Amino acid sequence: MEDIINAFLLMSNFVFVPAIAYGSQLALGAVGVTLVYGILRFSNFAHGDTMAFGTMVVILFTWFFQAYGINLGPLPTAILALPFGIIFTIIFLLTCDKLVYKFYRERKAVPVTYLIASVGIMFVLNGIIRFIIGPNDQRFADGERFIIKAKEMKQLLGTAEGVSIKVSQGLTFVTAFIVVVVLFWFLNKTRTGKSMRAFSDNEDLALLSGISPDKVVTVTWILVAILATIAGTLYGLDKSFKPFTYFMLLLPIFASAIVGGLGNPLGAIAGGYVIAFSEIMITYPYKKFISYMVPGDWKPDSLVQLLSTDYKFAVSFIILVLVLLFKPTGIFSGKSV
Amino acid sequence: MTYLIGTGMTGGYGGTDILHNCSITAEKGEIAVIVGPNGAGKSTAMKAIFGMINIHTGTVTLDGEDISVLSPQARVAKGMAFVPQTSNVFPTMSVEENLEMGAFLRKDDINGTMEQVFDLFPILKDKRSQNAGELSGGQRQQVAVGRALMTQPKVLMLDEPTAGVSPIVMDELFDNIIEVAKAGITILMVEQNARQALNIADKGYVLVQGRNKFTDTGEKLLNNHEVRKSFLGG
Repeated sequence: MEDIINAFLLMSNFVFVPAIAYGSQLALGAVGVTLVYGILRFSNFAHGDTMAFGTMVVILFTWFFQAYGINLGPLPTAILALPFGIIFTIIFLLTCDKLVYKFYRERKAVPVTYLIASVGIMFVLNGIIRFIIGPNDQRFADGERFIIKAKEMKQLLGTAEGVSIKVSQGLTFVTAFIVVVVLFWFLNKTRTGKSMRAFSDNEDLALLSGISPDKVVTVTWILVAILATIAGTLYGLDKSFKPFTYFMLLLPIFASAIVGGLGNPLGAIAGGYVIAFSEIMITYPYKKFISYMVPGDWKPDSLVQLLSTDYKFAVSFIILVLVLLFKPTGIFSGKSV
Repeated sequence: MTYLIGTGMTGGYGGTDILHNCSITAEKGEIAVIVGPNGAGKSTAMKAIFGMINIHTGTVTLDGEDISVLSPQARVAKGMAFVPQTSNVFPTMSVEENLEMGAFLRKDDINGTMEQVFDLFPILKDKRSQNAGELSGGQRQQVAVGRALMTQPKVLMLDEPTAGVSPIVMDELFDNIIEVAKAGITILMVEQNARQALNIADKGYVLVQGRNKFTDTGEKLLNNHEVRKSFLGG
């Protein structure tokens, strides 16, 4: 019995807790992608770099606050800097829309044109971020590191294994939960939110009903900026900030949005967790877990790791391909790609 | 004074003209029906009146006001409502939300109008929280008409409202349309089911190749030998 408890604690520590945190970050990113897809009708390849841009501004303001000795005690200073990151990202995205996307919207361009334009914005953004903050790793998490330490938990329970929960992980989950609840309230209960859903459902009919496309587009970009900055900052606090990593995040984020059903925010959230759990469960070495579960002499010699963590993006890729082959509209029946 | 007048309308989608000197008028509270063979420009004539296609000659007036150059959205604000033939609801939104979106331009209380729509289509009241995309074809048409009525329009334009619904539902829809007209709303309708549509029409227009071929009351058109032979199957 004790072995089973230990096995469970082990899995919680190395799989469940990290996967929930990572899944929440992917979910927030994927909701942003799905909103752009549903309302502006294109796949926004600049989303990963939008997250990086927002996070960069948050880091700069974090440094500023730290220099003046302003902090939030046990919580990371980045939370204080978050609103500034959001504001700058909103300004950036609205400027992009005015300068680039609006041009194509007026010409009623096909989605692939937007997609290529977003790739262009992605590269420009890539350059801007490297120019301002550099290509290196930045750690900006401060304050308390753990909510629960594994060691303390072991002593408390008297078990061989313990679960540690980092502040960044707890923060990620709580923030993601609040953001999602507020987002769904906005989309389902407010007039503006409903008009966005109407626009996503049937653009022509939305126009006939007098819904203003300019307003819908503006509100969408504001929501995307908020979601991207929060997702990026939470990811950066949990791991670290490196521009290239954020660019690479595009793959699991798109996989999440597509697995859940493009255009469907609920699906994007579910997709985020599906991808995060698959990625972590497939790259986790099960040696110790199996040792707890089987009699002593059955203990495996190898690591029992299905795939090396170097291949973690392959997992998103495989899931993406499987979904596109067998259920192109995703779990929650969004638009087919 | 005729309420809605489209006179001498000539135009089309791009280079070639589809409508040629086509005229459609309707009095207040009247049901006007446009019928004709496939490709006669029935829907095009209606879209021209609503401003969805450009006419280079001819004018459209509503209640004496020239609205020829207004966009469809501006015409909605003037009191015209249009129900497209296909994709005329918001499929992932509930029936109630569909109606709310119909009234998007209104700033006043819309509950009264919503109750009127529910009185007209009682089934929608039961399904108010169900998504419009999950309804049957006939119910979806009711949502579409209901959405258009939410702006409290003076003119309701219907593009083949009975396309793809069963004959029983079609009769019901026509009954609903008569009721709407009795409330003083002008109805302009394009119909495939010419015989049934002319039955309820005050005025009928038979278009052929974008031109007015016959114009008369619905009853007279039904009794017109040539119309019967050519368009109503004897």
